[in-house]
Amino acid sequence: MIEASSGVANREITPRLGYAATLLLAALWMTPFLWMLVAAFNPHTYGGSGMASLVPSYVPTLGNFAEAWASADFPRYGLNTAIISFGILAGQIVMITLAGYAFARLEFPGRTLCFYLFLLQLMLAPVVLIVPNLATIAKLGLYDSLLGVMAPYFASAFGTFLMRQAFRAIPRELEDAALIDGASVWQRIGFIYLPLAKPSLIAFGIVSVTSHWNEFLWPLMVINSPDLRPLTVGLASFTRGAEGAQAWGVIAAGTLMVSAPLLIAFALFQRAFVNSFVSSGIK
Amino acid sequence: MADTVLTSGLARPQALRLAAWRPRRQTALAFGLLAPSLVLLTLFTYWPVAQVLWQALHNQIKIGGPQAYVGLANFTALFADAAFRKALANNLFYAFGTVIPSLVLALGFAMALARSSRVNALFRSLFFLPVLIPLVAAASIFLFIFLPNAGLLDYHLAKLAISGPNWLGDPDVALWSIMGLTIWKNAGYYMLFFLAGLQAVPADAYEAAILDGANPWQRLRYVTLPYLKPTIGFVMVIGLINVVTQVDHVFVLTKGGPSDSTNLLLFYVYQQAVESYDAGRAAAGTLVMLALLLAISASSLRTLERSFGEREP
Repeated sequence: MIEASSGVANREITPRLGYAATLLLAALWMTPFLWMLVAAFNPHTYGGSGMASLVPSYVPTLGNFAEAWASADFPRYGLNTAIISFGILAGQIVMITLAGYAFARLEFPGRTLCFYLFLLQLMLAPVVLIVPNLATIAKLGLYDSLLGVMAPYFASAFGTFLMRQAFRAIPRELEDAALIDGASVWQRIGFIYLPLAKPSLIAFGIVSVTSHWNEFLWPLMVINSPDLRPLTVGLASFTRGAEGAQAWGVIAAGTLMVSAPLLIAFALFQRAFVNSFVSSGIK
Repeated sequence: MADTVLTSGLARPQALRLAAWRPRRQTALAFGLLAPSLVLLTLFTYWPVAQVLWQALHNQIKIGGPQAYVGLANFTALFADAAFRKALANNLFYAFGTVIPSLVLALGFAMALARSSRVNALFRSLFFLPVLIPLVAAASIFLFIFLPNAGLLDYHLAKLAISGPNWLGDPDVALWSIMGLTIWKNAGYYMLFFLAGLQAVPADAYEAAILDGANPWQRLRYVTLPYLKPTIGFVMVIGLINVVTQVDHVFVLTKGGPSDSTNLLLFYVYQQAVESYDAGRAAAGTLVMLALLLAISASSLRTLERSFGEREP
């Protein structure tokens, strides 16, 4: 559960009416999820009538899941999504650690210029550049490959700045001591800076994986083979097929399967999720 | 004792060597460390921007002919395209119609649930759930919610003897429906920032206001909002960026239709590039979006510099 704030905690700042309205809206906010659950286990798969009930009046079955499972290769989509999200994260961690260290600890001419060059990426969301980037990916021979989906995201200005902040908070004396012991720059980064910056890395990791797990338009453009589709692209084409057949129960089951991994991860690590999302407003 | 002598004896020349080591090798090391990022940033940020700039000013004059400089012809064509003008207008309307309501709702949720209790924590989590599912998945659910007659919305409205419009099929209604989905998806995200922002409001400020006999509205107006000003600005920027960059639900729900009533800029550009193969127009459209994004983030550049400031604190 999302942790409470202190400060204004235990202080009545909204009158009761506002609180009641919020609870009503919470019920409204949950309705789509409730419908997804009720419809996913509904044995009457086809047709719209009777599917709109929010109170289950049936013996729940897994038939919709079986049909969704059979009509789209969700395990493979899931694997592709996992490869993309964690592959991006792995590349990002290497790059943001190196660049973060350079910005945090080294003096060099052109530092301010480099800083603003990185800042430019923060201001121009990569998704807006999908059209020219697709041409670049094609020229590099990465069209229709998972690496092609990942490539534009390996360099992350946001991650670099986050690591720079984290590294700066680490006392310089630790590094100097290691330097005197003859540690190379790689050893200093790997054994002193990285372990101490773990909280920032985790925060960055959660936001990065969540956003790429859910990404749609860019993989849709890069991926052509059905075998390489991530979950989002697979779900969209699956939904289009099932919508024609009015198979709402199957759509609900497919959607539930696609959404479940992150929802479960959130249920397990709520505080980590919330903290990392708050610290990462600027992606 | 011998140890101390030894280390202090060693530390001196080592430190001196460090100082001499500094300038040149440090510059080489810094650029070596930055190189991987800079290469990829060049490939996927600077080069595409340059490419889009070039492409926006060039086009084939003869079909199949070479690319030639055409000045602002692409932009003229772009703004002459009714679909683009519609997408631009839609996006502006969509921006106001989603960012402001999400912001107000998020602030309301945060204020109502700021007090720490298990129940409030649960409700905060509930509002946050839509943030975690893919926009495509949300759209798949809303496909049934907006289904005419048998859909979730119409079915329950019928019980109240209200017949709803064709949520996604009526050009006058469809964009509103899409906006409803966006608000549902994002309000919980913005709520997090307000919850964090409310922590910065000192309890004394409320106590003083209560002692002065301020009613809840006055407390909101004169205590809460002034303290939350930076948060509001920040959330507004994130919201506006989302409005430009997130169109997955349009793809699933309406594909921009009916008659372009739900087309948004990014989806329009996608259509130009992938469906119409009009590179010049896609480039010009991309430039319009880049300009919008720059304008949005320029307003927050101060905040960015403050949080990631280049100068040592």
